This record gives sequence, structure tokens and C-alpha cells, in this order.
Amino acid sequence: MNALELNGIETRIGRYNVLHEVSFTVPEGGVFVLLGRNGAGKTTTLRTIMGFWTPHAGSVRFRDTEISGLHTSVIARKGVAFVPEDMGIFRALTVAENMTLATARGQFDSARLDWIFDLFPALKTFWNTAAGGLSGGQKQMLAVARAIIEPRALILIDEPTKGLAPAIVDAMAEAFQEIARDTTILLVEQNFEFARALGRDMAVIEDGRIVHTGSIEAFAEDTELQTRLLSLSV
Amino acid sequence: MNQTLNRLGNVNLLPLVLALIAFGLIGSPSVWLTLTIAGLAMGMMLFLMASGLSLVFGLMDVLNFGHSAFASLGAFVAATVLAHMSGWLGSESWVLNLAALMLAIGVAVLFGLIGGFLFERIIIRPVYRDHLRQILITIGALIVIEQLIFVIWGGSPLNVARPRFLQGSFVWGNVSIETYRIFAVVLGVMVYAALYLLLNRTRVGLLVRAGVENREMVEALGFRVGRLFIGVFMLGSALAAMGGAMWAGYQQLISPTLGAQMMIVVFIVVIIGGLGSIEGTLLGALMVGLIDNYVGFLMPKAALASNMVLMMVILMWRPNGLRPAVK
Repeated sequence: MNALELNGIETRIGRYNVLHEVSFTVPEGGVFVLLGRNGAGKTTTLRTIMGFWTPHAGSVRFRDTEISGLHTSVIARKGVAFVPEDMGIFRALTVAENMTLATARGQFDSARLDWIFDLFPALKTFWNTAAGGLSGGQKQMLAVARAIIEPRALILIDEPTKGLAPAIVDAMAEAFQEIARDTTILLVEQNFEFARALGRDMAVIEDGRIVHTGSIEAFAEDTELQTRLLSLSV
Repeated sequence: MNQTLNRLGNVNLLPLVLALIAFGLIGSPSVWLTLTIAGLAMGMMLFLMASGLSLVFGLMDVLNFGHSAFASLGAFVAATVLAHMSGWLGSESWVLNLAALMLAIGVAVLFGLIGGFLFERIIIRPVYRDHLRQILITIGALIVIEQLIFVIWGGSPLNVARPRFLQGSFVWGNVSIETYRIFAVVLGVMVYAALYLLLNRTRVGLLVRAGVENREMVEALGFRVGRLFIGVFMLGSALAAMGGAMWAGYQQLISPTLGAQMMIVVFIVVIIGGLGSIEGTLLGALMVGLIDNYVGFLMPKAALASNMVLMMVILMWRPNGLRPAVK
């Protein structure tokens, strides 16, 4: 069983067709990376999966269940978590309140909370601090922690390393490796080195179309392909 | 200037600063105290009417110009209930007096809840995310409700009876304060405390505060903000009806145009306080209530313009209002 299957997704925002027949499959477990240049349609793909945009054609299947057209909250309750590019932190709420909202009943599983504090010790330090006062890296930690405070089947993460210091990016990579042991991650990323360190399979999107799928190691070895699709060389 | 203000206690101290300035200008302590209590009472009633509007805008980005129609509805419903309870209102027993008043406010709140539900379903739901259509349709709804009140209660101003125990004044030395105003302040403080506890000590309150800041993310965490919004809209409408019921007893004479008259001042309160914030709305309401009474005494001809001038000054200093919700 695959974690996620997109088949022929077409998403229209206003008068513009942003996604054109987007199809790819995210296998269960590990990190699947969606790469692409700015404006290629990466974020729209994640937002379509999460139900913020309803595709006008195609299907999104999560663990063999059709989820396109469902309300975002219903998709979330099925076990899909979302970490947006702007992190989506509630700045006026404390770290504890941000985390509480992500639990189904407002109560923490203490073992899981301890695991999260091991991954992100800063969150314990600033537990009762308003989230708006955290640094960019700490906010990203909170955004990821919120997504894993309860067991999820799939986490959609949009450019988590954007604007972060290298030390924080390394810490984030370690955390993602730990999380990916029992959760599937669909990672949208422009930092190819970060993606390569984590990912197993990948897809490249360009102008709203999937132009390449395969293993990330094979892609890393093909410099011509990287240059053509992403204008980068490793 | 902002840093100095923060050190001194932030914008929360502005009503106190305003009261101290007025004390210097008025001179007479007894007159000042009377005006201050009157201003606080007016502020508390404005808070009741405006708090729902602020939350509705903050949570769902809906501009509801029809909000004050619920104040009008609450005023007329309460006046009608009070008119049928004349026996209890005139009784020597303060318990019966209070029971009659609470029943009138309770029925007004019930009408506010039901009206709010219908208003959201019929008027607001089709125009989400379209401010221009929201403004047009809610102003239209305000006019329609006003005309319905005109049809049901007639066009003549309606007398509103006050319970016996709230008639007259409380005399302390040479200071005389209307008992009804003290009651309005006490009720307003109780409602604010209840709202504060609801928003800051409950899971529903946590969801509302989070929804005001980032509705989309709350949905991504598995909650239906739309359902939450209906609850907030009904609560806001009920609070407006409660404010209208209190206002009716305060003015003792109400007309069907009450809603339209209150609309401007309610919006001024919300804009001064900052959208989406209960604390900001209380601050804005107290400032408007105090300014209205102080200026009405010191410069009666300038009373009408005083709230507009206050709003302009506040917006030049803080374009998002005194204590807006974090967005």
C-alpha cells in the first residue's frame, strides 16, 4: 500500500491552471522529495493534497482512500499533517498552547512529548513563552513538533530549511531522519543537499507538470539532468 | 514613545490617563466622578455591543454592518418583556425587580442567539471572502431589520420601564450616581470576565484565538472553523442584544433607528481597540464612553465629533488600533 497517490491532478486558482495532470506516488515510509524551481507548483501541490484547493480533475488517494474534495479538517483527522512554508505558528499563543491545539483531546502523551523534547530541546526551555518571540529556527522546530505530537501517517513539509542557519538545518535533518522511521514525509525543498541526505525517492515539478520521477541517488549522479531541471550542479 | 508607554503599563493605562486629564480640566471632584461613572457605564454597554463584531471580523474576516441590528432587536425585545412585567418591576422586592430585568435580558439574548444563527446562514454565508458584497448585504439587512422593528413596534419612540431598585441615585457625600449606571458597570465587568475566561481558559477559547490569527492552520490541525464561527457569530449577536437591552434601560426611550445610530459608534470602538481582540474592544469602548461624557460636559458643541477625533488620533498613532489581535 502506498502512502499517497496523485493521478492526473489539475488545480485551477482563479483563472489560471497551476497544476497540469500531476501524477506521482509516495511509498509508505521514509522521505519522498518534491523538487522544483520557484513558482513550479510545489506548494500548490501540497495545498491541493491538504484540501486547501480542490482539484477540478484527477484523484488524490491517501492509503487507498480518495481524499480529493474532502474538507481540510477531515483530511487532517485521517492522519495527514501539514507544515506550511510560513510555518503557520500561532504567534500570540504560547509554545504549550500551540502544541495543545495539535492534540485530538488537548492532552499529551508524556512519552511522545519527551521524545519531542529530545529532538527539539529549545521547545522545553520556551514551553510557556509566546511563540511569536521565538527565533526562526525555533519556530520551525515548533511547526514540525506540532505535526508529530500525535502519530501521523503522512506529514507534508514545505521548504523547512528556508532562511535557517546551517547548524539549525543540520539539527532539522537529524530530526527528520528520526521522524521518518515511523512516518512518511513528503518534503518540498530547494536545498538539494538537505533533500539528498534525507530522501529516497523523488519527483521534479516544472510549470505545474511532473517532469521526472525516480530515486534521488540516481538524480544526484546525473548532473546534466539536474542542470536541465533545476539549474544546479552538485 | 511606545517604549516609554510599555514601561508604564502599555496602552491599558490610556483610560486612566484620560480620566486624570479630565480631572484637571473639570476641577470639581464630584462632577468628575459622576461623569467618569457615566462614561464607564456607557463604555461597558458599548463593549457588549461591539465585542462580537470584533471577534467575527478577526475570526472570519467578515465586515458585518448589520451587527448593531441585534442591539436594536435586543432593546425592543427587552422593552416589550419589561412592559409585561410591570408588577414585578414596581414591586418593593428587589428580588422580583432583578428577576424581571434578568428575564428581559435573557429573552433579548435568546433572540440574539436565534437571530445570529439565521443571519449567518442566510446573509453572511453566501458572501464569505467578498468584502464589498458583505458591506452591501449587511447594510441592506440592517435596513430590513430596522423596517421589521418599525412594522412590529411602530415608528413612535418606545418608553422603557426601569426596575424600581435601579431607579434613582446612589448618593455619597455631594456625589450622586445613577444606580442603573453602577449596575451597567458591574454587569459589563462580569461579562468581560466571563469572556476572558472563555477565551483564555478553555479549549474552545484557544481555538477562537488561534482561528483569529490563522484560520487555515486551525483547519489543518483538524478543526472545522466554520462551525466555530457560527458559535462565535451567535455569541456576538447575543452580546449585542444584551448591550441593546441594557442601552434601552439606560436611555429609557428607544426608536427603530437605534441600530443605525449605534452602528457608527460600535465601529469606532472596534477600530480604536483593534480588530479581533476582546481586550482591545474593552479599551476602545471605555475610551469612547469616557470621551463622550467628558467632552459633552466641557464642550457640548464638540461632543458629536469627539469620538471621530479620538479615532483619527489613535489611528495616526497606531494604524491597527490599540490592541489588535496578532495576524
